[in-house]
Amino acid sequence: MKPTTDDAIEREVGLWLQIGVLLAAGVVLIGGVAYLIRSGGAPFTLHTFKGEPAELRSLGGIASGVAALDSRAIIQLGVVLLIGTPIVRVALTLVGFLRQRDRLYVGLTTLVLGLLLFSLLHGTG
Amino acid sequence: MNTLGFTLLVAAGSLGAGLLGALTGLGGGIVIIPMLTVLFGIDLRYAIGASLVSVIATSSGAAAAYVREGFTNIRLGILLEVATTIGALSGAVLAAYVSTSALGVLFGLVLLYTAYAGSRLPAEHLDSDPPDALATRLRLDSTYPALAGPKAYRVRKIPAGFALMYLAGVLSALLGIGSGAVKVLAMDRAMGLPFKVSTTTSNFMIGVTAAAGAGVYLHRGYIEPGLAFPVMLGVLGGAMLGARLLSTTRTQVLRTVFTLVVVVLAVEMLYKGLTGGL
Repeated sequence: MKPTTDDAIEREVGLWLQIGVLLAAGVVLIGGVAYLIRSGGAPFTLHTFKGEPAELRSLGGIASGVAALDSRAIIQLGVVLLIGTPIVRVALTLVGFLRQRDRLYVGLTTLVLGLLLFSLLHGTG
Repeated sequence: MNTLGFTLLVAAGSLGAGLLGALTGLGGGIVIIPMLTVLFGIDLRYAIGASLVSVIATSSGAAAAYVREGFTNIRLGILLEVATTIGALSGAVLAAYVSTSALGVLFGLVLLYTAYAGSRLPAEHLDSDPPDALATRLRLDSTYPALAGPKAYRVRKIPAGFALMYLAGVLSALLGIGSGAVKVLAMDRAMGLPFKVSTTTSNFMIGVTAAAGAGVYLHRGYIEPGLAFPVMLGVLGGAMLGARLLSTTRTQVLRTVFTLVVVVLAVEMLYKGLTGGL
């Protein structure tokens, strides 16, 4: 199926976004329940800011944490999947403009996509 | 109280915020931060990280429903996202240099504006305006579904809308909110778009803007998994429940209640910010 109008593309995109959100929520739920089973009895310490450890800040660190079945890293993976949903939305919009050979909007969408990927992959230092 | 107790309380509060946000159409993100900081005493930076995550969840989760209605102007959304994402990245950089007290005061002011904007009626627009040269060049004029078939509308004042969107992006990252009120202000008031087009296009942009801010905060260590977990799932559950209940509840009463809640929270945030309690 090849949707050619803006509306058809968007309908497809909307469905994928919902699936993405549910997937992210499922991963967060699994990690969250495991986290509570392990650390539910520990005192609550978010009143002062310490910042997350380096392994929960970068995509590589999160991936190794997930491989080691660390519950907090699994929650963080769900968060990254969720941050990915609007990025996928913009990427699919780019595909739509490419199909329409709409040069101006291919350029603008690429710029937005680039800024989002820069933010997720590198942050601002 | 231990982590389990706190997690359950935060999840219940987030559920309520997501529910009210969906029923009133004002978004739940705006009450999450005062709840986490003022009520639970959580550090503002962790609260901002968790709130941005929940904003993405509600925006992406609601996208399918909004898209089906056919009001979203994708070209306009992409054009303005250039402004909101650059704004969000500048806001996230700026956040490192602004004190939490100043952020609290700014948050209080934005809450008050949201309450005020939410109680106003949508603006009336005339279709007889001449076409805007820039909007024609950017092919932004479009149609939306009406009872008598597709209805055409024009877009105007693009530079003003673009500037307001940059501001919306800065506020979104700085305060961890969707800043839907500022986005609707830009589209509905400044650019003269039909109200439904403004609100649905705004939903499209809110998720993208929040994602730009959230990426930076992930790398800066503001996103605490133990907090993101109850906030994200709570708000998402509340928003989904709200969407189901929408047709059976009296939204006018709820809007009034929600507006009052927002005003009380605004005063609380202003007070805490001014007295250095954040």
